[in-house]
Amino acid sequence: MTDLSELLIKNGLLFAFSFVGLTMWLCYWVSKRFTNGRIHGSAIAILAGLALAWVGGTLTGGSKGLADIPLFAGIGLMGGAMLRDFAIVATAFGVDFSEIRRAGLSGVVSLFAGVFVSFAVGALVAYGFGYTDPVSMTTIGAGAATYIVGPVTGTALGASSEVIALSVAAGLVKSVLVMIGTPFVARSIGLDNARTAMVFGGLMGTTSGVAGGLAATDPRLVPYGAMTATFYTGLGCLLGPSLIFFAIRAIAG
Amino acid sequence: MIIYGVAILSACLLAGVFVGDLLGNLIGVQANVGGVGFAMLLLIFITDYLRRRKAFCEISQMGIGFWSAMYIPIVVAMAAQQNVVAAVSGGPAAILAGVLTAAVCVALVPVIARVGGRSATAPETRSDTAPAIAPEKAC
Repeated sequence: MTDLSELLIKNGLLFAFSFVGLTMWLCYWVSKRFTNGRIHGSAIAILAGLALAWVGGTLTGGSKGLADIPLFAGIGLMGGAMLRDFAIVATAFGVDFSEIRRAGLSGVVSLFAGVFVSFAVGALVAYGFGYTDPVSMTTIGAGAATYIVGPVTGTALGASSEVIALSVAAGLVKSVLVMIGTPFVARSIGLDNARTAMVFGGLMGTTSGVAGGLAATDPRLVPYGAMTATFYTGLGCLLGPSLIFFAIRAIAG
Repeated sequence: MIIYGVAILSACLLAGVFVGDLLGNLIGVQANVGGVGFAMLLLIFITDYLRRRKAFCEISQMGIGFWSAMYIPIVVAMAAQQNVVAAVSGGPAAILAGVLTAAVCVALVPVIARVGGRSATAPETRSDTAPAIAPEKAC
């Protein structure tokens, strides 16, 4: 038994491939057998992944979900930033560039709208919970943008570690929610074409959320959403500690 | 050769991330600005150029197609290593901030999708988007 787990740990990436493959097979079977294909197999698989991340996090107390269990360290490599970005870029192979150009303006508008709205809503919620100083409001607003913008902005402004942790949690909630919820709202927001996918990516901004949500909705939309989402975190880090902080300080300070 | 496709894909990502880091440094933020986006554009232009010159054979293209098809399993692995516990235990302030932001942004999608669109035309249909590689059917 120990020999087997040693073997699986030593060949972590291979075990991750087989484990994820088995998970996907199970989830596609559940999708077909119990939902008649109405809930797509990839949506169930992503949900299963999140559930496993919760199990892993609870068992180890770590921050990397299932990947914190030594046996599943390969999952960390397979789903890590390097391979994730590699696969995202690969989906761009064969996309229609004229679509991107035509939706370019709304893509840019969606980026700015997404960043500003996230900061505003996050800062308002922070205010409602008693974080009334501009630094905390901006930091929690930044977290509502993405869980990377949160700590970057908080560190730049000198926010307390409690507030920074809160901002990261807000970003994680948004990311997880986008991953799970996208297939369910896709129809009602018209998320079935390249233009809307680009706007969606720009508004939501969380790369993992957009990547997972669109994959569960319609994999053909992934490259368009990812294209705009990739600019979001940078824009948030740029505007958060500067323009948006000054604005929030002028209003609330 | 299949490695040609994989090599082009890797080079595009490396170049894109490099430009993204450079841009981040230039404007003074501690983040990569659009690296993946630049990589995607680069890949689109390079593969289009090679295909038009008929210098990109079917097998080389499979080197990119494979990774494109691996996208969903990789996203599942990505989901499995999110800090879900922190998200759930972030307390009501974090949860409300995350949920409200996501809800408001989703509601804005159809509004902003109209910006710069051709006025009063039917929305583009799915067939407009050329699939990179046929999405995997549940088989």
